[in-house]
Amino acid sequence: MKVDNSLPLEYSTEENSLKILGFWIFLGAEIMLFATLFAAYFTLENRLGNGPSGAEIFEITPVLVETLLLLTSSFVIGLGIHAMRLGNKKAMMIFFSITLLLGAGFLGFEIYEFIHYVHVGATLQTSAFTAILLTTLGTHGLHVTFGLFWGLFILIQIKKRGLTPETANKSFIFSLYWHFLDIIWIFIFSFIYLKGMM
Amino acid sequence: MDFFDRFAVPHPSFLIYGAMVSIAIAMIAVVVGITYFKKWGYLWREWLTTVDHKRIGIMYLIVALLMLFRGGVDAIMMRYQLSMPDNTFLDSQHYNEVFTTHGIVMILFMAMPFITFFFNYLIPLQIGARDVAFPRLNALSFWLFFMGAMLFNMSFVVGGSPDAGWTSYFPLAGNEFSTSVGTNYYMIAIQIAGMGTLMTGINFITTILKMRAPGMKLMKMPMFTWSAFIANVIVVFAFPVLTVLLAMGTMDRLFGTNFFTTDNGGMDMLWANLFWVWGHPEVYILILPAFGLYSEIISTFARRNLYGYKSMVASMVVISIFSFLVWAHHFFTMGQGPLTNSIFSITTMAIAVPTGVKIFNWLFTLWKGKIVFPTPMLYSILFIPLFTLGGVTGVMLAMSAADYQYHNTMFLVAHFHNVIIPGVVYAMIAGLTFYWPKMFGFMLNEKLGKWTAWLLSVGFVLAFIPMYITGLDGQARRMYTYSESTGFSALNMVSFIGAAIMAVAFALLVYNIYYSIRYASRDIGNDPWDARSLEWATHTPVPEYNFAIIPEVASTEAFWDSKKKGHELFKGKIEKIHMPNNSPIPFIMSCLFFAFGFSMVFSIWPVAIIALIGILACLTYRSFEKDHGRYISVEEIKETEAKLRGAKK
Repeated sequence: MKVDNSLPLEYSTEENSLKILGFWIFLGAEIMLFATLFAAYFTLENRLGNGPSGAEIFEITPVLVETLLLLTSSFVIGLGIHAMRLGNKKAMMIFFSITLLLGAGFLGFEIYEFIHYVHVGATLQTSAFTAILLTTLGTHGLHVTFGLFWGLFILIQIKKRGLTPETANKSFIFSLYWHFLDIIWIFIFSFIYLKGMM
Repeated sequence: MDFFDRFAVPHPSFLIYGAMVSIAIAMIAVVVGITYFKKWGYLWREWLTTVDHKRIGIMYLIVALLMLFRGGVDAIMMRYQLSMPDNTFLDSQHYNEVFTTHGIVMILFMAMPFITFFFNYLIPLQIGARDVAFPRLNALSFWLFFMGAMLFNMSFVVGGSPDAGWTSYFPLAGNEFSTSVGTNYYMIAIQIAGMGTLMTGINFITTILKMRAPGMKLMKMPMFTWSAFIANVIVVFAFPVLTVLLAMGTMDRLFGTNFFTTDNGGMDMLWANLFWVWGHPEVYILILPAFGLYSEIISTFARRNLYGYKSMVASMVVISIFSFLVWAHHFFTMGQGPLTNSIFSITTMAIAVPTGVKIFNWLFTLWKGKIVFPTPMLYSILFIPLFTLGGVTGVMLAMSAADYQYHNTMFLVAHFHNVIIPGVVYAMIAGLTFYWPKMFGFMLNEKLGKWTAWLLSVGFVLAFIPMYITGLDGQARRMYTYSESTGFSALNMVSFIGAAIMAVAFALLVYNIYYSIRYASRDIGNDPWDARSLEWATHTPVPEYNFAIIPEVASTEAFWDSKKKGHELFKGKIEKIHMPNNSPIPFIMSCLFFAFGFSMVFSIWPVAIIALIGILACLTYRSFEKDHGRYISVEEIKETEAKLRGAKK
């Protein structure tokens, strides 16, 4: 394998740069996926049937906590990638661990939020609005859950194998994914929660 | 309902029982045959676990041809049913199932794998690469597609086929009106195959952007590669819409959500809109690579470079953008109001402009060319007028006011077959004939090939032109019968005769393959057509590593210029080549997806959960796996090269 040392570790082989481009294209597809969900959400937003509306069931506190946790985790993973570029394996692992812990915290609050929705009678089957609300949030939540396992596996590999072109590449791609989930959350926060509560 | 009752066909008939018996016999014959010839090991090593783009391509081709015949049988049954008034060959339910599966099989499980076969086989060769960007992902794409196709095809003998049309509009496709598991199959089988297609899209965009031979700038790529690139960009932007749509449909059917229902706020038109936001770009995903193939074939046999290269590229880019802006023309009559209809009318008609540019470019390529007429060229020349006819009726349909007359009639059926058959199917057969010697080292018989082309065209005209007339007279599509007094019977009989002639043409294609395997000359060299682009610069059969030395490209038609102007393609000396290892993971993972899909269709939750855990375990294994591929040594390459050069004349 040819390693080009003038480039950052995650770009240093041809295979690595292919993987990064491929992942960017995958994120393009993911944008379409969430765009479709948002389009469906805006279409069904006011079709409540006999169920509650957004303003009736949204609670600001858990949403704000979730937002803070996820935004911070996105910042921390940035620090992690910076540490990786400096070749500081220990700092990088600490930042990645914090990221995953914040992600787990986010997920915990989201599960609490879902239980709350079911409790106040906004289940998947209640109305078109609740169905698309829970599907959109759930799709994002599933992505975060998937990311937690993915990130954990990468962390284990870095511990075992050190910072190689391969593990650095995986970490960098994971950070792209994590930032992406953060951006999607900003849209969810603005256009689902804030818009719904106004 | 008793547990096992769900697996019974809800609406059995003699034909379905016959199909069950023949499927069982065929499966037993395949298993016995492989065991008898002791080929299990070979099958596993060389095909099921392969990551070689050429072998994956050939597997796509095999599935596409099988599905062509499955969809063809559906078509013949429909035409026979309609050939006489008040026919009782098929009843209404069976007819619904047949037209539904005909549409899905032909579009998603015949045309899609057929173009993916060309992507896989040709793109790395055309850009001078050794494989695609992600060989393992490519294998996963194929096996996901394959399992989706098999799951879908199982439907008509286990539990019943989908019967709500290939568009599967709600509320018809909801639990209330489609009570069998058929529509579950639709939702889940297409989802699995669609994931495969999305991965193909990502894979080929990366391949084309990053792995071109030195000197091959974007504007020096062969036209087929350009068309494939744009088609794959459309795939990446259109297929996620389908993913979400099918997930929502699945939830409506299995989990009782209210996305598309008629109460609790559900909105059935959301399905129609999202379906066509994916569905319309989908038809351009099919037609653009077909255009690419025609461009290659026409310039090869006109012995001229392609006229208007830049405008060809530009028109494809414009088509790809417009393909996302026309979806509402599929339901002008469903109450959007005149403003929306007018906008979509205009965008639809606008697509005729870049398409027209392409037609004129092909004509100008022919102008002053030294045209020869082997079979692929014959198809291309038949394509131009027939496709233009379909395009013109498309513009008629695009007029929203007039569409109230055409909507849901046989006129529409005639129109889309008129673009898809000369556009896509001819291109597939022409491309297959054109690239057959590259793949297998012998040519298909020319005489039989030309007979096929003419029979297919005569059959096509007889089968579909009458539908324009009956459609204008008011014959609705998707109706299983009509009465004598409508006066549709004579033209429908003509249609049936046309369909039968097309069936004969396809049978002749199969006979041609058999005949050529037995009798065709193996001594054809590497470049039997005197062609123009890089795929012809390597040996036939193509060695595993494609090119011993990566070619250096200086012009759009690199191989032609190396033959005629003495450009040197292969500079430098042979070095060891890095190749990816085979892997069983894509196959195993796709089998688990099959199990997952099947248990979802029948709501067998424990099996679904176990299969899902298995899928996640495969992903975990992949994450921790260390696989750096292998190297082919210089001696080995030199040996292969010497052997292949010896086989050449």
